[in-house]
Amino acid sequence: MDAIILQVLNGLDKGSAYALIALGLTLIFGTLGVVNFAHGALFMLGAFCAVTMQRILSASYTVIDETKTDFLGNPQKVDVPYVEGWFGPDIGTAIVDWSVPLAILFAIPVMLLIGYIMERGLIKHFYKRPHADQILVTFGLAIVLQELIKYFYGANPIPTPAPEVFRGSFDFGLLLGFAENTIIYPYWRMIYFVFSLVIIGAVFGFLQFTTFGMVVRAGMADRETVGLLGINIDRKFTIMFGIAAAVAGLAGVMYTPINSPNYHMGMDFLVLSFVVVVVGGMGSLPGAVLAGFMLGILEAFASMNWIKDIVPGIDQIIIYLVAILILLTRPRGLMGRKGVMEE
Amino acid sequence: MGILEVKDVNKRFGGLQALGDVNLSVAEGSVHAIIGPNGAGKSTLLNCLVGKLIPDTGSVMFAGQSVLGRKPHEINQLGISRVFQTPEIFADLTVMENVLIPCFAKRDGAFRLHAFETVANETEIGEQAEAMLADVNMLEKRDMVAASLSRGDKRRLEMAMSMVQQPKLLLLDEPTAGMARADTNNTIDLLRQIHNKRDITMCIIEHDMHVVFSLAQRITVLAQGTPLVEDTPENIKGHPKVREAYLGEAH
Amino acid sequence: MLGLSKKDTTFLLIVIFLTMATPILLQPFPEGSAMATFNAGYPDLMQRFAIFGIFAIGFNILFGLTGYLSFGHAAFLGVGSYSVVWMYKLLDYNVLPGLVLAIITSGIFALAIGYISLRRTGIYFSILTLAFAQMSFNLAYSVLTPLTNGETGLQVYTDDPQILMGENAPNVPHLFGLVMRDSYQLDLGGWLFTFNIGYYFCAVIAILAFYLSLRIFRSPFGMMLRAIKTNQTRLNYTGLNARPYTLAAFVISGMYAGLAGGLLAAMDPLAGAERMQWTASGEVILMTILGGAGTLMGPVLGAGFIKYFENIFSKINDTMLHGWFGWMPDGIEDAILFVSHFFVGKSWHLTLGLMFMLVVIFLPGGLVEGAQRIGRLFRRRGRKAGGPEAEAARQRNPGPAE
Repeated sequence: MDAIILQVLNGLDKGSAYALIALGLTLIFGTLGVVNFAHGALFMLGAFCAVTMQRILSASYTVIDETKTDFLGNPQKVDVPYVEGWFGPDIGTAIVDWSVPLAILFAIPVMLLIGYIMERGLIKHFYKRPHADQILVTFGLAIVLQELIKYFYGANPIPTPAPEVFRGSFDFGLLLGFAENTIIYPYWRMIYFVFSLVIIGAVFGFLQFTTFGMVVRAGMADRETVGLLGINIDRKFTIMFGIAAAVAGLAGVMYTPINSPNYHMGMDFLVLSFVVVVVGGMGSLPGAVLAGFMLGILEAFASMNWIKDIVPGIDQIIIYLVAILILLTRPRGLMGRKGVMEE
Repeated sequence: MGILEVKDVNKRFGGLQALGDVNLSVAEGSVHAIIGPNGAGKSTLLNCLVGKLIPDTGSVMFAGQSVLGRKPHEINQLGISRVFQTPEIFADLTVMENVLIPCFAKRDGAFRLHAFETVANETEIGEQAEAMLADVNMLEKRDMVAASLSRGDKRRLEMAMSMVQQPKLLLLDEPTAGMARADTNNTIDLLRQIHNKRDITMCIIEHDMHVVFSLAQRITVLAQGTPLVEDTPENIKGHPKVREAYLGEAH
Repeated sequence: MLGLSKKDTTFLLIVIFLTMATPILLQPFPEGSAMATFNAGYPDLMQRFAIFGIFAIGFNILFGLTGYLSFGHAAFLGVGSYSVVWMYKLLDYNVLPGLVLAIITSGIFALAIGYISLRRTGIYFSILTLAFAQMSFNLAYSVLTPLTNGETGLQVYTDDPQILMGENAPNVPHLFGLVMRDSYQLDLGGWLFTFNIGYYFCAVIAILAFYLSLRIFRSPFGMMLRAIKTNQTRLNYTGLNARPYTLAAFVISGMYAGLAGGLLAAMDPLAGAERMQWTASGEVILMTILGGAGTLMGPVLGAGFIKYFENIFSKINDTMLHGWFGWMPDGIEDAILFVSHFFVGKSWHLTLGLMFMLVVIFLPGGLVEGAQRIGRLFRRRGRKAGGPEAEAARQRNPGPAE
């Protein structure tokens, strides 16, 4: 029992990332009808927003500390972040420490802007082109974005730790009456899960309860009719693209403490996210979220030792296996609508 | 005993009874029209004949064999060809290639791995296709890409593709839909000419009474999924039941 | 000749000539000159041209003709490589049995994967093939280690059986004694030409592969595949079953990929799982599109183009840039160097990505379409005088399919 709970928990954080990326992919697909292979790159860009924020906040100047000496006996040079200089050491250190959560504030406008530029500059011209062309051009864009990041930030993963207070783990086992240390779960992963729920809730709420969202939903169901009503649906869809980019970016920002970001993390997630989208059903938002969590948890279960003993290698292929089975038995995915993307 | 025998066919979509106890017999060598107001179930019936839909109950026999449960390509191999309401052609291929493909399908069946033959060397099939194109007056357009044809030419091409297979039964789904009067008359002439020359049984689903009365030897009137009457054109004209079915319809 | 029309025969002869003369054609600059970096006539790169040419030709039979976009062809590439190395380990270093096995195993793999994946179309098909390829890749890395040697990659060890190994047989890949890595070098007053056995072996196979694809393009089978791409509904109502056709195309293109993978291992006796990763599938898609999907020559051009830039652009470094732009005023030179850094050396992928985007945006028909547009431009210039160019353009791309 405790093992099962642990695996569910372990699956949640990866599932959250899948769900958030798949949500954005589905939004873009559902609204604009574009298959966006650069979506993983947006996730990666979000992560590098966090890295940039960390770099900005820890930008330092050098002072000579008279109280300490190096091994030659000279006064030692110490790097002091500007923020410490401005706000005093306590607040300054705290700000540097909290760079990842602070990066959210930085990432939202940046990602919205990137999404807007991408849509107006490139994607717009591909609405009427075949899906294969859309896949190819966004795939090219993904390569370009990831190479740019590699150029500026290098090829190695960059550690971006969570704030000090969240670095420990929480003992879930005690809470549920199990022995100590049976179910421990890092705080940050918990935060990531909650964060993703909040974002998902916000997106759904936005679509459900605002006029803007209502129009977008109507447009997803039947674009032409909405266009005939005299509503400029394209403008709204542009904004939706920005929002989808921001969702992917935020997923990336918050993911950095779980895995240190590198330039190809987007591609790694992209493939799985597409599998998630297709399993959930192309064009279905709840399907994307459901499939994201489901596959994340399944993956965690498959990596349990006793399961691996029965079916060796299952942890490596479980997601793909499930995807194949679902596509063969339910051609439109778990919650997909009929006829989407079948031509 | 007709070449096509439809017996007691029923088809429901959820709560809607699309076809109810449809019986139909198409005599070999005849031109049989199925008419009826919108929503009468004409298209549903047609889709049941070609394997796109499977009826809930009843039987569809073609030349002594049941077509139910067979896939569209298998039904075509039995000898039923279909012309669509909006022309379905191979838009990226040339006119000649469009006609060659059914010729190969006729000769080789549903699949044959002829990767080491060359299209240009198949003179017999080539001549067959050219003769067909000449019949529909499209020989000079043989090397045009089909997508660049006019709408009328696309339809003629589609008919050529269906006819070149020498089907036993040709199903036409509103062959003159959306056409101008002159084009309609051309199509009627073309169909009549083909019927006389090749002696193909035709089953036409049509809205346009002008077309129906110009071509058909027998007419079935369908209303609300059920055949009302089946008779010769002369008797259908002014038949009280037919008037009733079409009352309010702008025809 | 060979069942080809006169036009196609000329076309094939030109391709054969170009392939055979590659070691000379790709070496236009004298050794030691500033432009020598742009020479591509060295064995390793030329072998890659031929091998990836084969891979792309095969991929084009599926994607170019039927429009089914497979994201899983890398799996067949990997299977081919493993087959060849296993034949080295079990028999001896003769490449022939391995290549035969590579074609057979990849064919069987393709049959199994294709049979299942082709039940779906569109992006669902793409995702299915992707899932199968990623499964193969992940398994090759983990539980299949006894077969694939995991991360290390499969290679020949001294304690391998090699039962056919003769006394004096070469200890490197060879074809009945012709050692693949042997070369004959010709020094012609500053120009250095390398004629490598491995390259010519690959080149001959590539020509055969090209001939085969030419025959398929001109056959009724090829016509059916193009028909599938444009209208499956009509195809069904014409009495044809699309599935066996697409499956046959899938298996044929899988076998091409297996052959290409086998040749990679025939040139360098090593096989690693990374060859099966989806990025490798992505690469062959890039090649095909860049060159022109659905055209005969396009995929080969695309493969050559990408492999050339991969090798040449990634070799360019600061010293060389300085050598080229050193004559400029310092400020301008620095600016040029700064900009160039984005595109050369380790960043050459950026160049690739940009070029690829530009091609998809402005030239959906790929390089071949570009060549055709230029050809048309010339023809329009001098309608009468333009005869030869027009003829050449038509020979490059005979038939309406292109």
